[in-house]
Amino acid sequence: MADGSKGKSTKEQKYDRQLRLWGDHGQDALENAHVCVINATATGTELLKNLVLPGKCSIKQNIKSPDISRFQIFTPDKLLDNDPEFFHRFSLVIGVQLEESTCLRLGAVLWNAGVPFLACRTYGLVGYMRLAVREHTVIESHPDNALEDLRLDQPFTELKNHVQSYNLDNMEKKHHSHTPWIIIVAKYLEKWYNEHNFQLPKNYKEKESFRELIRNGILQNENGVPEDEENFEEAIKNVNTALNPTKVRILTLEIFDGEECKNITSQTPAFWIMARAVKEFVESEGGGNLPVRGTIPDMIADSEKFINLQNVYREKAMQDALLVAKHVESLLQSVGKVHVILLFFYHSKNAAFLRVVHCRSLADEYSVESLNKDEITSCMDSPDCEMVLYLMLRSIDRFHQQHSRYPGVYNYQVEEDIGKLKLCVNSLLQEYGLNVNVKDDYIHEFCRYGASEPHTVASFLGGCAAQEAIKIITHQFVPFNNTFIYNAMSQTSATFQL
Amino acid sequence: MLETRSRFEVTQRRQMAVDSGHGDSTGDWDGRWNHVRKFLERSGPFTHPDFEPSTESLQFLLETCKILVIGAGGLGCELLKNLALSGFRNIHVVDMDTIDVSNLNRQFLFRAKDVGRPKADVAADFVNSRIPGCSVVPHFKKIQDFDETFYKQFHIIVCGLDSIVARRWMNGMLMSLLSFDDGVLDPSSIIPLIDGGTEGFKGNARVILPGMTACIDCTLELYPPQINFPMCTIASMPRLPEHCIEYVRILLWPKEEPFGDGTALDGDNPEHIQWVFHKAQERASEFSITGVTYRLTQGVVKRIIPAVASTNAVIAAACAMEVFKIASSAYIPLNNYLVFNDVDGLYTYTFEAERKENCPACSQIAQDLRFPPSAKLQEVLEYLTENASLQMKSPAITATLEGKNKTLYLQTVASIEQRTRPNLSKTLKELGLVDGQELAVADVTTPQTVLFKLRFTT
Repeated sequence: MADGSKGKSTKEQKYDRQLRLWGDHGQDALENAHVCVINATATGTELLKNLVLPGKCSIKQNIKSPDISRFQIFTPDKLLDNDPEFFHRFSLVIGVQLEESTCLRLGAVLWNAGVPFLACRTYGLVGYMRLAVREHTVIESHPDNALEDLRLDQPFTELKNHVQSYNLDNMEKKHHSHTPWIIIVAKYLEKWYNEHNFQLPKNYKEKESFRELIRNGILQNENGVPEDEENFEEAIKNVNTALNPTKVRILTLEIFDGEECKNITSQTPAFWIMARAVKEFVESEGGGNLPVRGTIPDMIADSEKFINLQNVYREKAMQDALLVAKHVESLLQSVGKVHVILLFFYHSKNAAFLRVVHCRSLADEYSVESLNKDEITSCMDSPDCEMVLYLMLRSIDRFHQQHSRYPGVYNYQVEEDIGKLKLCVNSLLQEYGLNVNVKDDYIHEFCRYGASEPHTVASFLGGCAAQEAIKIITHQFVPFNNTFIYNAMSQTSATFQL
Repeated sequence: MLETRSRFEVTQRRQMAVDSGHGDSTGDWDGRWNHVRKFLERSGPFTHPDFEPSTESLQFLLETCKILVIGAGGLGCELLKNLALSGFRNIHVVDMDTIDVSNLNRQFLFRAKDVGRPKADVAADFVNSRIPGCSVVPHFKKIQDFDETFYKQFHIIVCGLDSIVARRWMNGMLMSLLSFDDGVLDPSSIIPLIDGGTEGFKGNARVILPGMTACIDCTLELYPPQINFPMCTIASMPRLPEHCIEYVRILLWPKEEPFGDGTALDGDNPEHIQWVFHKAQERASEFSITGVTYRLTQGVVKRIIPAVASTNAVIAAACAMEVFKIASSAYIPLNNYLVFNDVDGLYTYTFEAERKENCPACSQIAQDLRFPPSAKLQEVLEYLTENASLQMKSPAITATLEGKNKTLYLQTVASIEQRTRPNLSKTLKELGLVDGQELAVADVTTPQTVLFKLRFTT
């Protein structure tokens, strides 16, 4: 991880473009994980390529070759029969183009062992992925469009003091025009509070008035013409988001309410200890708020004013981080784990974006009692929703169970299999009590596919699956939950929680 | 036993064919194209209305269909592989770049030993030797090095470019190939353009039917503007580590010329980046700014966009799927824009981008330029570069005056720039331009000159 004092290693150069996404620690996690990929079909090899390229070296792959006797021992079914614990050592098992029975067996073994399982399948022009993991925690979720944490509605003491140090009415033009917009909004908010009973501007009308208030603060020249003060324009533009009330997101509150967060034991994983520590902070020193994030966006200002303001936020963030660390320490002590090596690091910027993903087991998805009927029937209100493709995949599996082959593999079978497949569809719907209509067109189409694995679809899915695998391994970015369907005919996709 | 052995031999032969290009003259072993045939030889409920199942379509793909892949980088490598494995055998690839170490995390047709060699050549070699029967013809050139005669020969063109300027040029080239009979577009002159782009975990794929659907320029506003920091920030009021780096790149380097007179800053030269990094650190500490790192320095100087294998795989797959659909008429193609993002779960959004009525590239309507006769030529130049729908880079403006073609302003040739610079401060009236005057504007964003009509306002 040399920072360029001697130039970069070849490895750093090679992985430069992706290190900018998941960092050196993410890269380390990727290279050190053990992944098992079952079936190097077109989809499987694409997936393998997309894992090897970013640096995944330790991959165990099983090529299903029932024709060649000396490789038979490596079929997944044989392993499940003889040595299911073979799978326990992996950080992730990926099953490609698995038969339903094998998939379910493997799913059960992995669920019990707490090993994440990603099932992928290309069937004609349909791509399918299913993630099954009891609990997957993410500290670094890297949200795309997070709002800033400026605390203008609830300024902490140091921020208040810093704002106090400015006197906008008594500044030279060059300082006035280079005062950060955050200070400007804070100052005018004080004015507003005095005239509006300490209430934030709430609706559009009030925000407009507030913007006017700021606009009237722009310096004017001798002729009463407003000067060009870009920082004031920035303040006006940012009023909308700057006045958003500071609060803890629902997703985060849900984490705080989680069982694991409430019951800390000596077995509790690091993520939950940290979540609990943050929660305790929120409930005490934070006064209902998360630790300050500590970053501010760039804005028109002279260097000194900007850096000083940035430091106010940064120092507060560091103070809050120390307080959270104290909570972590006392939690660890309370369960007798004083000398534990923490496998995570705390960054104030992540506290607001912790995520936990729970993906149901395959067993739950397949059981008649716990099948997610509501999700399926409500999606099928639109009969061309991707959900119909899911039902078709379940149906062709049923077909395979009954006929030991997939429908329409040979041309002469296509016509005949349509009727047989329709029976499978109906029996599936009946068994699960699904009162939905599957259009005949889809039944015909799935016979047409003949269990083919076109390379374009395999490649699309291999790309998607590899990235989800990387998310699981690195615990960065948020994986899908829990069924992903890709429709290459319409170039659309959907994610369902089944 | 015998059966097992012969099956093993079949598998072995298959392996050999894939690995070393052996096999029969077409390299087609039994069942090779089964997964493709099912979509060409079987009827289905979702096929294109024009689709007819036939055993000849496969022959068309294998022997006749000619595809041009533009770019042999992150998307290009994936595209070549996908097309070759889907039955396309007549493929040309154009790329002006050579291979860099930082490409190797995703451009899988290249190995460490290939660093420094032209991407197009290495990519073609790899595909040709691994996929029997496939012929990829490489062109280590810029797209601008070719004219209509080159582009006309292709049935479909698919782009994996990393620059909007290049996309617009390609777009303009295909527009120039369109022919009209009495104002009616001749469909045989349309070459579909499939365009893919990626950035980190985001990507998009679109299908453009020149003259029929939205083109690149119709949706120019969809592309986010490039971040360029204001000069006053860089020169006297830095706040971010990026400002410090830009200061060194834009102001300090030309002043100090650390590697000799006239030596330009080369983002690929580690010594150059090292120098910039140190100077940027000095600048940063002057202003108490933290965060200048080598990685950031390189990223800013080279305008690096983060990239991974997976996103490129997804977008190239979507593009290749559309090439297949169009070449085979098997399905109705994407209409016409797909957006992909897998930062949080997997998200796709598919919509129909609309054609712009007065699109400068595809509307065949001369654009109006409205200015008062007292406006200076400089204002016109600024309009051409700053207007959101035009976004020209360095337009050259010519007009027909007194029966002669006169260059009013041209930036790209130093001597002509010097000669025509005084025109910028002259008014349109002073230059002899009249209301309704046609102005021809050439720019790097388009292969053809764009005609504008000057309309005087009061």
